[in-house]
Amino acid sequence: MSERAPPEVTDPDDADSPEAPTAESAEETTAADRTTPETGAESVVTALEQAGAKTLFGVQGGAIMPVYDALYDSALSHVTMAHEQGAAHAADAYGVVSGETGVCLATSGPGATNLVTGIADADMDSDAMLALTGQVPSAMVGSDAFQETDTTGVTAPITKHNYFAGDAETVGDTVGEAFALAAAGRPGPTLVDLPKDTTLDETDREPGPAETPETYSVREEPNSEQVESAARAIERAEKPLLLFGGGVVKGEACEEARNFATEHGIPVTTTMPAIGSFPEDHDLCLSWAGMHGTGYANMAITHTDCLIAIGTRFDDRLTGGVDTFAPEAEVVHVDIDPAEISKNVHADYPVVGDAGTAIEQVDAEMSRSPDTREWAQQCESWQEEYPLTYETPDDEPLKPQFVVEAFDEATEDDTIVTTGVGQHQMWAAQFWTYTEPRTWVSSHGLGTMGYGVPAAIGARLAADDDQQVVCFDGDGSFLMTMQELSVAVRENLDITVAVLNNEYIGMVRQWQDAFFEGRQMAADYQWCPEFDKLAEAFGALGISVDDYDEVADAVEEALNYDGPAVIDFHIDPTENVYPMVASGGANGKFALSEDQL
Amino acid sequence: MSDDSSASAGMPGPAPDERPHPDGRRNAQGIRIDPEAEAEPDSRTAVVSALVEHEPGVLSRVSGLFSRRQFNIESLTVGPTTVEGHARITLVVEETDPGIDQVEKQLAKLKPVIQVGEIDDDAVQAELVLLKVRGDEPDKVHAITQMYDGQTLDAGPRTITVQITGDQDKIDDAVDAFAQFGIIEIARTGQTALARGDTPTTPGEEPGHDKSPATSSDEATDDQTSTTHEQ
Ligand SMILES: Cc1ncc(C[n+]2csc(CCOP(=O)(O)OP(=O)(O)O)c2C)c(N)n1
Repeated sequence: MSERAPPEVTDPDDADSPEAPTAESAEETTAADRTTPETGAESVVTALEQAGAKTLFGVQGGAIMPVYDALYDSALSHVTMAHEQGAAHAADAYGVVSGETGVCLATSGPGATNLVTGIADADMDSDAMLALTGQVPSAMVGSDAFQETDTTGVTAPITKHNYFAGDAETVGDTVGEAFALAAAGRPGPTLVDLPKDTTLDETDREPGPAETPETYSVREEPNSEQVESAARAIERAEKPLLLFGGGVVKGEACEEARNFATEHGIPVTTTMPAIGSFPEDHDLCLSWAGMHGTGYANMAITHTDCLIAIGTRFDDRLTGGVDTFAPEAEVVHVDIDPAEISKNVHADYPVVGDAGTAIEQVDAEMSRSPDTREWAQQCESWQEEYPLTYETPDDEPLKPQFVVEAFDEATEDDTIVTTGVGQHQMWAAQFWTYTEPRTWVSSHGLGTMGYGVPAAIGARLAADDDQQVVCFDGDGSFLMTMQELSVAVRENLDITVAVLNNEYIGMVRQWQDAFFEGRQMAADYQWCPEFDKLAEAFGALGISVDDYDEVADAVEEALNYDGPAVIDFHIDPTENVYPMVASGGANGKFALSEDQL
Repeated sequence: MSDDSSASAGMPGPAPDERPHPDGRRNAQGIRIDPEAEAEPDSRTAVVSALVEHEPGVLSRVSGLFSRRQFNIESLTVGPTTVEGHARITLVVEETDPGIDQVEKQLAKLKPVIQVGEIDDDAVQAELVLLKVRGDEPDKVHAITQMYDGQTLDAGPRTITVQITGDQDKIDDAVDAFAQFGIIEIARTGQTALARGDTPTTPGEEPGHDKSPATSSDEATDDQTSTTHEQ
């Protein structure tokens, strides 16, 4: 869990400085001194307080009104979002940054279905999140009542578990259990569907402590034989390579993982969700691997004889075709979820358990380090051979990579970056040097356009006050959820949105150019609004930038502005993302330009 | 990281085909293979038993899991056990070994699932079938029914309905035998099974009087194919 101080409680009435806590608000009724709950809804709120929730994201509505009514008397802070998708992404990002379970709320029917994208996103990225949805009264369930949707049915495949809470007496326990289950073992989203009668009914039962269900037991301590075999495999390797996945960050194992790498001199590559788990400015770091990962990371994966993968599910954006993935390597796979072992890539040496514990035990079991001098040198020479570069001749339109670098230079190491999905996301991942975990917040497995702005809001509320939050967005992605700017303005959240505006849904255009003979069907966004003016209409600071020499000032102005700022960077519409491994291709065959695809 | 001096298109570094490439390979299951050897494992039939909490939605969660992950399910039966609040799901799957492993591990991840285990070939297995055939030759139908230790449940002037139980081969044979009379309707339950003798059907399964779910992790098998609920 995060070491950070909990974010301060926001007083919803204090519109001028919502981030500044007031003594009274923090002192208001809490679970400890409130009398026992009187309704199911109060029990829900008490359970959330007891479980340690602090900030909720949601939108009001008929079926969830009793819960909101109970929130009226609670010290829990609630942020009203413009759209439920925004609530889910904000809660997700809040969880990613804080290391806690993010909570979102929505009403039944359309409220619940609007959450679906955000829940699916959290599920794919194994993010701890609790969604609470209103439901029509139990007696009307199944009658196609107004705003009725089979929410547990709809969300069953995209949640770790979901609950239909049919009883006011037990609803608090259910909410507590769902909150705890979301974070236990391999994290993921849970959902509790709350029929209106459950939340309105009277109960005087105090919810018990938030505990995971008895049937859900997690193996934290790895099996010693597995540890031993893994240690032997690493000892005898000649070209070992560490692959950190998101599980290293979620399992709070970055320190153990870093120590292991440096102690044994083993080069490190990461998956995208693990960006920041190992400092990208470290000698041993090869940055992230996969479709748009660095050439050197992909070369290392292709040539390693012992891939030590920790907390990754071997997504196809990482592996390319599995038949060509790490073809020479024995695979050591550490994961807390046994179902990930040999799901996509066969594990020769599985270790089921908590990442940090497993790393420490494997380390203790090793009697010597593998001799990696030659291999490390080889990796270094690949870094020289395949640097991440781009061209910046003066007469060319502004390059997006330059913008990312300008922000990186102007901000502190602990700055949090959120993104939409597309080319801009890749540039933000490639041209920024991440050194801290939980500073890269993006949509990986689901690849959800529109993730960036609501994620910046969630991240801002979870971050330390002096941490900066920058969102890199594409024009297409920004248009999908930019209504959440209204929330950032209302709450006066200090975030900077850098729209890398190519007037294209650029990633699609890049694929059309490469794989569909340049037939650019529906990739054109030249009817984009003027984003700086749009920002102003919302009450945010808006800046428009066309040229290299305007970048530094604009970045500084936006970062210094106390509140949400949007910079519309008019970038080269033809710029593409390289390197690129063709979908299903071999990692070692990454293209460095279009004619290599 | 910008490289202002480079003016050529694309990035530095040799083209894909000019780079050294190892010649190893993996198969579709991600298993490293000898290029000359057999690449894909054969599928086989496995009977998997899962002890679950008998709560609403369990069956839809289990069946949803199978359709979502495209597992090949032959049959699925479910019914309560002697432990209050528990039910047993018996599944027959047709998958490769890694596929069967995944079926078990994915099942074990579901919250209401308490224990999962594959049952040995020698397990006690049975299925029930109801067959409705034309009633033109009642004596012959009766004879075949007796041959398969079946029972006649309904006999009218036009139709006869019989019940046969037994393992899958016996049922298949019986269905073939009754085909001569013209089968009008058929209903099969799918196989259900229990491990033979003292062996518990799912690992660590407690005898029927215990009301609390079996959670003891010390009984868990330790390898990666652990089938008790761990994750
Ligand atoms: C919700 C959603 N719809 C469609 C897609 C498919 N898609 C992937 S990238 C992309 C283009 C993104 O365009 P933009 O946000 O402008 O970013 P750019 O690639 O131009 O940087 C699209 C349409 C997606 N990932 N998510």
